[in-house]
Amino acid sequence: MISALFLMNGKGEVLISRIYRDDISRGVANAFRLEVVSSKENRSPVKLIGSTSFMYIKVGGIYVVGVTRQNVNACLVFEVLHQLVDIFKSYFDNFDEDSIRNNFVLVYELLDEILDFGYPQNCSTDVLKLYITQGQGKLKSIDKLKQDKISKITIQATGTTPWRTPDIKHKRNEIYIDVVESVNLLMSAEGNILRADVTGQVMMKCYLSGMPECKFGMNDKVLMDREKGAPASAPRARRTNGVEIDDITFHQCVKLGKFDTDRTISFIPPDGEFELMKYRTTEHINLPFKVIPIVKEMGRTRIEASVTVKSNFSSKMFGTNVKVIIPTPKNTAVCKIVVAAGKAKYIPEQDAIVWRIRRFPGDTELTLRAEVDLMASVNLDKKAWSRPPISMEFQVTMFTASGFFVRFLKVVEKSGYTPIKWVRYLTKAGTYQNRI
Amino acid sequence: MSDSKYFQTTKKGEIHELKEELLSQKEDKKKEAVKKVIAAMTVGKDVSMLFTHVLNCMQTHNLELKKLVYLYVMNYAKNHPDRAILAVNTFQKDASDPNPLIRALAVRTMGCIRVDNITEYLCEPLRFCLKDQDPYVRKTAAVCVAKLYDINPELVENQGFLDILNDMLGDSNPMVVANAVASLTEIDEVSKTEVFMIHAGNLAKLLAALNECTEWGQVFILNALCKYTPRDSREAESVCERVAPRLQHANSAVVLSAVKVLMKYLNTVQSPDFVKMYCKKMAPPLVTLLSKEPEIQFLGLRNINLIVQKRPEILQYEMKVFFCKYNDPIYVKMEKLEIMIMLANEKNIDEVLLEFKEYATEVDVEFVRKAVRAIGRCAIKIERSSERCIQVLLDLIQTKVNYVVQEAIIVIKDIFRKYPGKYEGIIATLCANLESLDEPEAKASMIWIIGEYAERIDNAHELLGSFLESFKDESSQVQLQLLTSIVKLFLKRPKDAQQMVQTVLNMSTQESDNPDLRDRGFVYWRLLSTDFEAAKAVVLSEKPLITDTTSQLDDLLLNELVSNISTLSSVYHKPPETFVAKLKGLNKRGLRVKDEEDDEEPDYVDDDNLHNNHGNNNNQHGGNQQQHHQQNQQQQQQQRQGSLIDLGLGDLDLGSPAGSSGGFNSPYGSGGGYPQQQQTPPQQQQSPSDLSFLSFDGQQQQGGGPQVQKQILIGSDKGQGIQISGAFARYNGRVSLELTLLNLSGAPMNKFKIQFYQNSFGVAPVEPILNCPAVDNNQSVDVSVPITSNGQIVQPLNTAINMAMMVLPSQAKFYFQMTFPYQVLFNEGGQLDRENYLSMWKSIPDQNERSKDIQIRLQQFDVDSISRRLQSRNVFEIVRRKAQNQEMCCYSVKTDNSIYFLVQLTFVAQSRVVRCEYKSPAVDFMPLFEHTIDLLINNQI
Repeated sequence: MISALFLMNGKGEVLISRIYRDDISRGVANAFRLEVVSSKENRSPVKLIGSTSFMYIKVGGIYVVGVTRQNVNACLVFEVLHQLVDIFKSYFDNFDEDSIRNNFVLVYELLDEILDFGYPQNCSTDVLKLYITQGQGKLKSIDKLKQDKISKITIQATGTTPWRTPDIKHKRNEIYIDVVESVNLLMSAEGNILRADVTGQVMMKCYLSGMPECKFGMNDKVLMDREKGAPASAPRARRTNGVEIDDITFHQCVKLGKFDTDRTISFIPPDGEFELMKYRTTEHINLPFKVIPIVKEMGRTRIEASVTVKSNFSSKMFGTNVKVIIPTPKNTAVCKIVVAAGKAKYIPEQDAIVWRIRRFPGDTELTLRAEVDLMASVNLDKKAWSRPPISMEFQVTMFTASGFFVRFLKVVEKSGYTPIKWVRYLTKAGTYQNRI
Repeated sequence: MSDSKYFQTTKKGEIHELKEELLSQKEDKKKEAVKKVIAAMTVGKDVSMLFTHVLNCMQTHNLELKKLVYLYVMNYAKNHPDRAILAVNTFQKDASDPNPLIRALAVRTMGCIRVDNITEYLCEPLRFCLKDQDPYVRKTAAVCVAKLYDINPELVENQGFLDILNDMLGDSNPMVVANAVASLTEIDEVSKTEVFMIHAGNLAKLLAALNECTEWGQVFILNALCKYTPRDSREAESVCERVAPRLQHANSAVVLSAVKVLMKYLNTVQSPDFVKMYCKKMAPPLVTLLSKEPEIQFLGLRNINLIVQKRPEILQYEMKVFFCKYNDPIYVKMEKLEIMIMLANEKNIDEVLLEFKEYATEVDVEFVRKAVRAIGRCAIKIERSSERCIQVLLDLIQTKVNYVVQEAIIVIKDIFRKYPGKYEGIIATLCANLESLDEPEAKASMIWIIGEYAERIDNAHELLGSFLESFKDESSQVQLQLLTSIVKLFLKRPKDAQQMVQTVLNMSTQESDNPDLRDRGFVYWRLLSTDFEAAKAVVLSEKPLITDTTSQLDDLLLNELVSNISTLSSVYHKPPETFVAKLKGLNKRGLRVKDEEDDEEPDYVDDDNLHNNHGNNNNQHGGNQQQHHQQNQQQQQQQRQGSLIDLGLGDLDLGSPAGSSGGFNSPYGSGGGYPQQQQTPPQQQQSPSDLSFLSFDGQQQQGGGPQVQKQILIGSDKGQGIQISGAFARYNGRVSLELTLLNLSGAPMNKFKIQFYQNSFGVAPVEPILNCPAVDNNQSVDVSVPITSNGQIVQPLNTAINMAMMVLPSQAKFYFQMTFPYQVLFNEGGQLDRENYLSMWKSIPDQNERSKDIQIRLQQFDVDSISRRLQSRNVFEIVRRKAQNQEMCCYSVKTDNSIYFLVQLTFVAQSRVVRCEYKSPAVDFMPLFEHTIDLLINNQI
């Protein structure tokens, strides 16, 4: 398993090192610094130096490195690294060199609890916060807790629902559901869709008392077809516009066995915010925007571009924070840009024209025209411009590109309260690219 | 509140001040001081001199302070084993504290202190904690057993902790079960005996815990499930059913571990529908991995690469998801490209080619090259797409981007090889780009094309001539190719190239100090000067077709890697033993004979362990040098040890030139396939009775194993780092391949795998992995490989068997060929009685009868001795009749795969000719049999 964990800054200096096993010493950090941090030729997140394997991620300028000399489950290590960062973020809000230094005692304590002998133990922040309370001024120190409280914590930390404590009370029982979809698109220069898919997240904010059993229902095509086909149900007037879901992954609170047998999603939620599920679809995707680019290279020093963006949703809705990024060659000198709406500007650092439209109404077409003058390049055998794709960013509320919607959320709790439920939908751009 | 202030004190009197503070009566002040100590420790300062003072703070009820002290003790106990013992008392007290968190903390920390006299005191508290009523303590204790085992395995075994762990698999708390599983799995890996057996009983427990435990626990359990081999299809199916829901887990480690279990268990499932259904289930979760963080995508892709090779049906329709996004990290793009090639087929090739073409215009040079190469590989893989591929490549050549053109030419050469006579029309375009070539591989490819198609390129001699001008400055790859191409040109168009061929032969043989080039030069020279037509036949002979195997792993390796899905092994595509330096614990238990072996490894990561701590660069550097020094010494020693063998090899080269060249001359399977054996140098023989082949009768029974004349299969002279010699033998009714492996690579070889390609005898090794110890440099080892003969038989008959040997850890692969001696298949049970012999003779149709006069080349002979010799080789005499001046004997032979041969030999007095008449149902093997009998009679094998 993981033999050691290092947190290093961008220069490769060790901020925190926690050695779990005897086969690694602190000195390996030097090897990592030399071979990975200061090396430009670095093409893999897994690096084998000698017989020591380094697995690392880089977040906020910090390298989080897992080190081992065994044939460990690499996927597990990366999952741990990512979750570690999440835990740190939730404990001290942001994750950078300063916050690590400011909280190093806490970091040690967390590392001690999260991994034992390199085996991940508990990564649920809610539970960790029950008994790792350093620096959290508002929480009582563990020393002063009563005996029975402590054993409650330990059972909590090891039990079947380690993500929830039983004695939660809220005055108002509320539950917020956010369906957030990211649309990924890759369109060829000829306007053919090479790939289009949607990754959706169902985020929940639960403020429910006690141990509520929840059941979540959505317009899952498989399930709806099954229900429709059942002889008992009368033919419904409403057409079943179910979504064909390619794959779903669930938060650990969801009973997977149950989903496997009858596709019901039932769970006891953690308190507060969490991601209930993530899904992926590729069929029948309503692309919210269509880009029609015409980019012509006129000789060696001039490019003419005309980019038309069309919104493909009802005129009652609108897209917000729409951004169209049109790449230009490195040797761009001047851009003359004309837009129908929004603001467009050439940004030299990005080598691109960025066109922002704060509010993009539905069912509308907007066009940008640009003339790009290039500096005459000095060396003649320079490679032609690689024509990177045009990419887009946007958000459209109350719209799902997959057609996904929430059918129901049932909450059953002993005390029999009825919670207030809220649902929101949002579609945003993932990697939304048009080749030119 | 910020802890960063603790880092700021760097005054000189710091240590003294800290001591004072640590002695303070106030808890808060102590805590501050310990924090400063830990801060110093964090930045790599040595604060071990404060050990006693910090230890004094251990007895506190403040959990935060206690944790800090424990952390310190863990780090420095090794430096102060004598003083660490002072901590034992507190540890023991804490291990029975009413607060379970403190009990767990004590056990957890004690396990991390690798000091012998502390370990002894750990046993009692550990035993209690394993049975603690609090699950948190139990789960911590379960891991602690693995820690203890790492320090002192005997202690764990003697104390019965392993039994307790096994009992814990039935614990009511899922996390306890999961940790017990993790602990047992780890111990099992390094233990001599099997300590973690999964059987029907605990299988059910594990599956039950799988549903309830945390994501990490699920991973541990899934890994453990892979250790179990299901008894039958039904059991495998039921496990698959229980595991499949895990594919929906958000944690990719759970998903991939579940895939690993399914891949393993599906091997046992018999119902094809079931397999199909589960393959279908695996696809979406694998694709979902590609929408995770880039690192996880990378792992996913490396594993998908294996899965696609093992079960291509799983992802066959998923091409589009592997299309590269412009801003994917480069390591993800490279892997996607590899998988796209694997999944490319006739239906999707158009789309795929468009993508490749797109990638070939991107920025990253390595990626672009790989994309161009991918186009070539598709052309070779999918015949019907070759035309379109060529077109795309030509388009790319038009871009004139230097490295694109070069890469395109390299792959076009392969396409020419694959489809001869189809695309030569484009040669002119290629020739137009000669000037832009500056990389050896591209140059060599272009030169190969010119040579191969010299008759179609009018100015071929001018083109080659221009290369020839810079001959001396070229890399050896280009030189070799240029030599060959000019010879080809000469053979095709003698007039144009006469001058050139003379120049190139002179330059390669006299002015070059590259042995390969000189050798090849001499070979051509001699060929050309002896027989022009023969040279033509050799040099311009038809080449075997090529296939794209760039990314294919061989089955052995693939299976091993698939069983390691989601581990590092599957990322590196290497078996674990090649990068896990030492299996922990082994050396401690004395299983390794030599301890120095471990330190020999050139691993500067390791030498930091020797030169303790301080992330100081100079220090590390010093450590490196020292390590190098040690290594050099060691190598010298080894060379001295090995010098005798070296001398022997020198002798071999001088003494038996015919032995090594004989292999080239004789076409396999015809006539004298065997004479080489007799020239085996004496050094290779294992026993002093090296003349045994002169009187073979009964000799086989002597000694512990078969004595055979080994033939050198791969010679050290090729600089391949290994010499393999071997021969087939039959001993006690079993066929084996007797090998001698001599390691000349300069590095130890741990493991050998042998593979037989399909052959006409259906022979294959019983076990691909050779049962032999690791071989150090300049050492040799004899190994006997048991052979079975019930494999698939390939027609037409060819007595040569192609083999490959893979050596670990270097993963170098060596290919060689052996002629199979047919008589080793002659079975001991081949004796027929008279009636059976007669009836069988009659039942075989007459067209299956052959006859031949065999010349006896022995000095002296008599029928008895020949018959005895045949008998000893399982050619059984049935009956012998004497008439006037001739003697007639009947023999029967049965091979291991039950082919009968019936033979009549007629000896005529005073004649050196024996008439041999024989019949067999297997016509194909008759010429070979005849040849074998000839050799047997003449005592040549």
